[in-house]
Amino acid sequence: MAIETAAAPIRVTPPMVRRRLWRRHPTILAGAVILAVMVLAALLAPWLGTIDPTQLSPIRRLRPPSETYWFGTDLLGRDVYSRTLYGGRISLFVGFTVATLALAAGLFLGLVTGFIRPVDGILMRIMDGLMAIPAILLAIALVALTQASVQNVIIAITIAEIPRVTRLVRSVVLTLREQPFVEAAYATGTRLPVILVRHILPNTLAPLIVQGTYICAAAIIAESILSFIGAGTPPTVPTWGNIIAEGRSYFQVAPHIIFFPALFLSLTVLGVNLLGDGLRDLLDPRLASRH
Amino acid sequence: MTQLLEVRDLKTYFPIRKGLLRRTAGQVKAVDGVSFTIAPGETLGLVGESGCGKSTVGRSILRLLPLTAGEVMLNGSRIDHLPPAGLRSMRRELQVIFQDPYSSLSPRLKVGAIIAEPLRNFGVASRDEIRGRVRDLITKVGLRPDAIDRYPHQFSGGQRQRIGIARALALNPKLIVCDEPVSALDVSVQAQVVNLLKDLQAELGLSYLFIAHDMAVVEHVSHRIAVMYLGKIVEIGERRQILAEPLHPYTQALLSAVPVPNPKLQRRRIVLKGDVPSPANPPAGCRFHTRCPYTFDRCRVEEPRLDEVRPGRSAACHLASASGTQLTT
Repeated sequence: MAIETAAAPIRVTPPMVRRRLWRRHPTILAGAVILAVMVLAALLAPWLGTIDPTQLSPIRRLRPPSETYWFGTDLLGRDVYSRTLYGGRISLFVGFTVATLALAAGLFLGLVTGFIRPVDGILMRIMDGLMAIPAILLAIALVALTQASVQNVIIAITIAEIPRVTRLVRSVVLTLREQPFVEAAYATGTRLPVILVRHILPNTLAPLIVQGTYICAAAIIAESILSFIGAGTPPTVPTWGNIIAEGRSYFQVAPHIIFFPALFLSLTVLGVNLLGDGLRDLLDPRLASRH
Repeated sequence: MTQLLEVRDLKTYFPIRKGLLRRTAGQVKAVDGVSFTIAPGETLGLVGESGCGKSTVGRSILRLLPLTAGEVMLNGSRIDHLPPAGLRSMRRELQVIFQDPYSSLSPRLKVGAIIAEPLRNFGVASRDEIRGRVRDLITKVGLRPDAIDRYPHQFSGGQRQRIGIARALALNPKLIVCDEPVSALDVSVQAQVVNLLKDLQAELGLSYLFIAHDMAVVEHVSHRIAVMYLGKIVEIGERRQILAEPLHPYTQALLSAVPVPNPKLQRRRIVLKGDVPSPANPPAGCRFHTRCPYTFDRCRVEEPRLDEVRPGRSAACHLASASGTQLTT
């Protein structure tokens, strides 16, 4: 089971490791680059030649892409380029926050269900129930119950994603707790909380990181869908889903309104998924040996 | 002589659950009334074939499994139903070496941290003292001191088992349960590890409960030998007596299976017929009667007790206890 690294007589320096990593796992590189560009574009939006994304200019409505308006303007004359960059802030923020929260909650619940038998029965039936409902429907229902805001969207998508993480962590914990090294820890007098942190947790991290990237991608799409159908962030906030939703009725006269945010959305999700696939290959020794 | 470990009528059953409500449909009697003692500085070899319950005995004594009934006394005090706090302090006296040196070491901890874990658990020393003690332990089990900063996967099976031994020694225990410590190793490495265990015993006055299925290894390390069959001890006694004159038919069969490095020697090999019966439904009477070459009517109805047939020598067989004479094979 151990990751057997070939005994290398040559000293391996960190830059060499990095170079080898890129060559073996080009998907990680590609995913990381795409994601980095998107994150930078969102973070540096105010310095990237954008104007106020909410500024109305009815005279210049529905303009095609030009030198001044790189991605054209929408039906209210707002700059689609600015709106797309600022919209990335919401999408990426939702993606990362949901991934972090869902991983944290799922990790906790997975450890509890994996180690405390009576809780397991009850909690996992609740998780099964949640999983039976499609995540997006669940999120729509949850947002409908509350007010439309970024915060509520994050909470709704997180709740919909938690069961998947819990199942993953639980299955890893169930195999780990039967491992002799966990028994050995008991036999040497290690207390349960220490066993969880020292012996169980580090071994769940690899699959968790991979799962986290998938959740991040799913959350970005879910947020866009919610915005698109009008159940997500309020229409005043520029998000990719909102921009696409507003541009939908003008698709035939001004396709650029939909095209650019949709392109950014697709590229971001592609980047996150590539990163996830690459990390999975890197962290799974059985797959890694194939390279 | 006071005994270090005394086990009386130990029973460990596993429930068989069935159906939606997981009601208990039956029990697997993995260990069904086992008694023995271990004196300070002594090695008791516990042998038997796969599934006879020998590992379960070890794990029950260590309280890694809940035991169903019976008494376990360590240094004269009962440890079979200790609350968690008492259990933890008991662990300082009683340690374990596992069979599989690959899965018994945490893959993400350095060797130093693995060996230091018991010391840190009991807060017996400061950080620097722990590091010094770990270094001592590593050299004591025959590894290089630089092993401290390496990971388990960088070591061979034999070296990993040495790491496991160092971890077991860290708290200066009095008794170590060795659960098939060499059966996962190459024969050439087995001898090294067994000899290391013997050296450590001589140096530190340790006692071992040495669980194994390999008669040759048990012969080499044990002072006394207990033979288990289907959850019960069928014969127990001094090593030399058992080897020279096995009283129970099962022991005779086991010994006849040990290879002797002499091609000219002609021996009659006792080959047992059939398989071990299920411990969920053990045969009536003597548990061995389904496979025993000497079975007679009494064996099928009456279970023989483990009686002392000679001084320091017990066997659970009607033939051995009735006449006190040995069976002729």
